[in-house]
Amino acid sequence: MAEILVFCEKDEVVFELLSWGRTVKDSLNAKLATAILGRDAKEKVDEYFAYGADKVYLAKESPPDFYADVYTEALCQIADYGAELLLIGSTRRGRELAPRIAQKWGAGCVTDASDIKVKDGKLLVDRYSLAGSTISSEFIKTTKKVISIMPKAFKLAEKESKHGEIVEVALKLRNPRLNIIERRKKEGETVSLEGAQTLVCIGKGLSKKEDIALVKSLAKALNAEIGCTRPISHDLQWLSEEREVGLSGKKCKPRLCISVGISGQIQHTVGIRDSKIIAAINKDKNAPIFEIADYGIVGDLYQVLPKLIKKIQSGGYVC
Amino acid sequence: MDIIVCLKQTVDMKQVRIKKETRKPVLDGLPLLFGDLDRNALEEAVRIKEKEGGRVIVLSMGSPKLRDTVKDALAVGADEAFILIDSLFSNVDSKTTARILAKAIQKIGKYDLILLGEGSTDNYSGQTGPRLAELLDLPAITYVRQLEHVDSRARAVRNMEESFEVVEAQLPALITVTSGINEPRIPTLTQILRGSKKPVKEWKSTDIGITVDELGEKETEVVSNLGPLQQRKKIIFEGTPDENIDNLVNCLLKEGVLGG
Repeated sequence: MAEILVFCEKDEVVFELLSWGRTVKDSLNAKLATAILGRDAKEKVDEYFAYGADKVYLAKESPPDFYADVYTEALCQIADYGAELLLIGSTRRGRELAPRIAQKWGAGCVTDASDIKVKDGKLLVDRYSLAGSTISSEFIKTTKKVISIMPKAFKLAEKESKHGEIVEVALKLRNPRLNIIERRKKEGETVSLEGAQTLVCIGKGLSKKEDIALVKSLAKALNAEIGCTRPISHDLQWLSEEREVGLSGKKCKPRLCISVGISGQIQHTVGIRDSKIIAAINKDKNAPIFEIADYGIVGDLYQVLPKLIKKIQSGGYVC
Repeated sequence: MDIIVCLKQTVDMKQVRIKKETRKPVLDGLPLLFGDLDRNALEEAVRIKEKEGGRVIVLSMGSPKLRDTVKDALAVGADEAFILIDSLFSNVDSKTTARILAKAIQKIGKYDLILLGEGSTDNYSGQTGPRLAELLDLPAITYVRQLEHVDSRARAVRNMEESFEVVEAQLPALITVTSGINEPRIPTLTQILRGSKKPVKEWKSTDIGITVDELGEKETEVVSNLGPLQQRKKIIFEGTPDENIDNLVNCLLKEGVLGG
């Protein structure tokens, strides 16, 4: 393989992809490259090298804004410098870019990969399938490949002191077909559920919005983030969609996930499956959540939570 | 306003079970329906039609049972449907799906908008919309949470991670929707009956002029598709609340996931 080209509009995801890339590039006999298209490009280059890039492609002229059609063109042109594998961070923008680039560049594509393994020089890509109930492992048979990888799928490596080659590229870009009128910043705090060490997840077992206060005190006692099932964020809108955990929400890998009043539909549990330990509280002892839990309490959350909070507060067990 | 809505027929994902011994999914005999976001896309198309006039055309590719499934879409308010049923179309990858749909769209000919869900309910790979945008060379607005305005231009609010992005595109355009955009209606009995009388045209590969060569080889090969290995302890406490909590906290302490 000639070159692995990494791209994401979020630097932290680029660093994750580079961290993985540098562990496999030798076995694939490839160089590791990234592309930077934004305006602040030059300031970033050193960090890209530090996470393992051998080469950084810098666009001489930045695209006017993030337009998928323009970025597709830009990345196809950069990929043509010698990439065979394009790794894209599967943010919403990346999930759109990957198939567009694949279509234009003539590459096979897998989106939302949760892992990539190298097997006999070939890449085996894992992704959730059948609404999260299975993991599908796939080979891409084409020479050119595009894979979008979910943020946090790969661990961040240590930075190394390293320098590489800077290649300035002149891109021929079309005018965007869309017109961005404005960006309205989302209200409310930004949460990083994917990075949380301890997670408390709530579901429809909670009977009213005010009771979130109870969950908040548990989360506070544990120094945990709060996540929820889709009905809580989407149908009831008790919590913001940033807190939705599951197939259409966040996929989390905490050390401890405490699941409260959640029946355990696969669409949700796919988001907590990678937790180290799962503890569940549910009044229905036949709830499917107990099938994927390490520890479970069969009981009414309104009885269990206050006692649990007290116990944790008195013990000072902060995660 | 002529709107083509692309819908994917899938088995009812809520009923998928995994065999314990083999970890294989059991899909046989499950009911077939259109996906969740697909239904949001259809609902949005019908709402635009109700406001602006025009036609809603359903386009879907699937098994012979699609002849039944498509009636759901017609009951909701689509005016006519084109269904693509051919053994050559079964078990194809995203690239080929997009190519087949593009051919069919070109054959339908006249349209102002193409609407799709942002991802399918079964595999949620989100490839079809972006690939179609490239193939048909259309402006594409993805992740649309609100369609504010449609006449010669579409103005839409995209639901991105940190912000809502308001964008405009000249029609014809392609739009993919997210779930927050609307609440799909449940058709009444009268609408279901009326829907079953609406025109459905069935196309094979030859009807849309796509050859075996054009369908191409699969670009991805699924090696395995299994339920995840779950090795959980499944220790359930059913004592008094106080005992349960003591037990749970002790276990979590032993696991080293409580306390620092």
